[in-house]
Amino acid sequence: MLLLIQYTLIFASVLVLVALGGCFSEHSGVINIGLEGIMVIGALGGALMMKFLGGGAPAAVVILLVVLSSVLSGILCSLLLGVAAIHFKADQTLLGTALNLLGAAVAVVLVRAINLSEDIDNVSSTIKYGEAKSAFIIRIGDFEFNWFMLIAFVVLILSYIVLYKTKFGMRLYACGEHPQAADSVGINVYKMRYAGVMISGALGGLGGLVYITAGVSEWKFENGVAGFGFLALAVMIFGQWKPLNIGLAALLFGFFRALSNVYTGFDFLLSLKLPSVIYNMLPYIISLIVLVFVSKKSRAPKAEGIPYDKGQR
Amino acid sequence: MNKERTKKASILRNDGFQTTISSILCILIGFLIGYIVLLIINPKGAGDAILAIMKNFLYYSSAVSAKKYLGTTLVKASALLMCALSVLFANKVGLFNIGVAGQYVVGAGASLYFAVGLGMPWYVSLLAAIVFAAALGGISGFLKSYFNVNEVISCIMLNWISLYCVNMLLSTVKESSTPYTKPLSSANKDGLLPNLGLDKIFSNNKFVTIGVVLSVIAAIFVSILLDKTKFGYELKATGMNKHAAKYCGMKEKRNIIITMMISGALAGMGAGIFYLSGIEQWMIGQTSIPAMGFNGIAAAFLGGLNPIGAIFASYFIQHITSGGTYVDKTMYCTQISDLMIAFIIYLCGFVFFFKLFLNKYLDKRDEKMAAKAREGGEA
Repeated sequence: MLLLIQYTLIFASVLVLVALGGCFSEHSGVINIGLEGIMVIGALGGALMMKFLGGGAPAAVVILLVVLSSVLSGILCSLLLGVAAIHFKADQTLLGTALNLLGAAVAVVLVRAINLSEDIDNVSSTIKYGEAKSAFIIRIGDFEFNWFMLIAFVVLILSYIVLYKTKFGMRLYACGEHPQAADSVGINVYKMRYAGVMISGALGGLGGLVYITAGVSEWKFENGVAGFGFLALAVMIFGQWKPLNIGLAALLFGFFRALSNVYTGFDFLLSLKLPSVIYNMLPYIISLIVLVFVSKKSRAPKAEGIPYDKGQR
Repeated sequence: MNKERTKKASILRNDGFQTTISSILCILIGFLIGYIVLLIINPKGAGDAILAIMKNFLYYSSAVSAKKYLGTTLVKASALLMCALSVLFANKVGLFNIGVAGQYVVGAGASLYFAVGLGMPWYVSLLAAIVFAAALGGISGFLKSYFNVNEVISCIMLNWISLYCVNMLLSTVKESSTPYTKPLSSANKDGLLPNLGLDKIFSNNKFVTIGVVLSVIAAIFVSILLDKTKFGYELKATGMNKHAAKYCGMKEKRNIIITMMISGALAGMGAGIFYLSGIEQWMIGQTSIPAMGFNGIAAAFLGGLNPIGAIFASYFIQHITSGGTYVDKTMYCTQISDLMIAFIIYLCGFVFFFKLFLNKYLDKRDEKMAAKAREGGEA
């Protein structure tokens, strides 16, 4: 039971971070389908940092550097989307797809190149970071508390405050709803959209890092992040683009994802004798069902996906 | 002389010409970036590696084996072409079918299960692939039109669900000693697509079947369907403005569902002609979705969202994907070509801007020339 709570919380943390990233980006008016790719790149940045730090450094330094590295890689990756979508008016869905493919390909090529240069026989795309990872975990009895759970919670609260209580948040909203009106009162729409995309990059990258450190101590980058970026988008839609609802939605999805990891620990689930594949599919099936019920009255930001053109009214 | 100039300008202004130019530009920049990445990884072998990717089957000096591997590339390109057609068909109707990957997976599962598990002849298996993939596409279309579920998200969820389901289904026809499905050549000879003598052209490459021809026919069919029929016109109208289409008496909901079904059918057929040629077996328990579908998105956009353009684009993409396997593996990995393809798709996003820029430039030039001509006349 404790294990189930632990996994639920950690997967929910991933989903909260990434879904909030998507939320910021969409409120500024840019659809970010590339979150999956951004997660992979963020995970790569964090994993490489952990690999090079090893186990020697003090915990606080490890946490700071690793988080910083994955956030920066995420932002860098999101800028690819930002520049093309905001300044060059490119199709955002296409760009997002490209970003997903690019993230996966870059990660594999880079990791393999590093592995090959260290050992000529090592052709795997796996990075091991077991030693540095322990800095993130505090054992409380049987419960493994992960600093990321706290970080995700803080980010959730901060997002709520930023989006609803600050000038910046209101302006961001305006740019996603009616950019022409926002521009007419002197808000720089391009700047706001860049801000939205970069925040989504930072949170997406961080989410990727949390995902690969959840439970395992090495990661095979050929696997990417198994559609978690898209699950996060489903969480965002389920949460109706509102931070607090996103938090609750993430808990629900995190629970079903956690179930596939730990269902063997429950006698009544084992007695059902369902194949394990069913549990693997569960998060995706649930999200489809949930989407069917909430999409009809969904209130997405009005101007999302439409490149801002000053000359248009 | 003036006449000559207007003629030249009109070629530059031709939309098809602009698309071709921008696609070629994307490819060139993609190669350049690939080369730079290779240089960063290991400057010694970068030149050879990029040449190996470009050469692909020409890597073999003997004409016989070069022809044979050209055949293999063609078989893979034909499956890719079907995926590209699937993407561009949906795109013409304003839908982004990222579910092409899942539909491809379902097509693979259905065709292999019918051929290996049930011992059906190839045409039944191929039909099964088409029908099941169409049904999967139809689900996304249905959710989109009746429940307003974003088709990209629902497609991605269905991609993963279908991958797990197909793995489960095909584990019933698994070879006992390997993680693969039983090979068609031993399990069910009738399940293989007929060669019709095509294998003779490619130095007895038995994988070259009527599938290659079928895919090209499908491209021409899609082109005619979209541009020359009332049905295609209705679909495109629905894509441009759903509400206007409804106002004109078109059944916009039905059109969306049918579009996704046709799109799925094309992807499923791609999987059918690929796996029923016997070129590859399905690996059971694979945890990532086959890249074929996603590469289809690249091919569709690189081909300028035109069925005929997609033929060339798919061949090109498959050419460099296969070429990636010839790089020196002590220094680089084969995924370098995936990286180049991903960059090429990314660059395709700039095509719209490129055209805008080019047209603006042409307008300015024409204006200048007109002004000059006027001045000359006055003087």
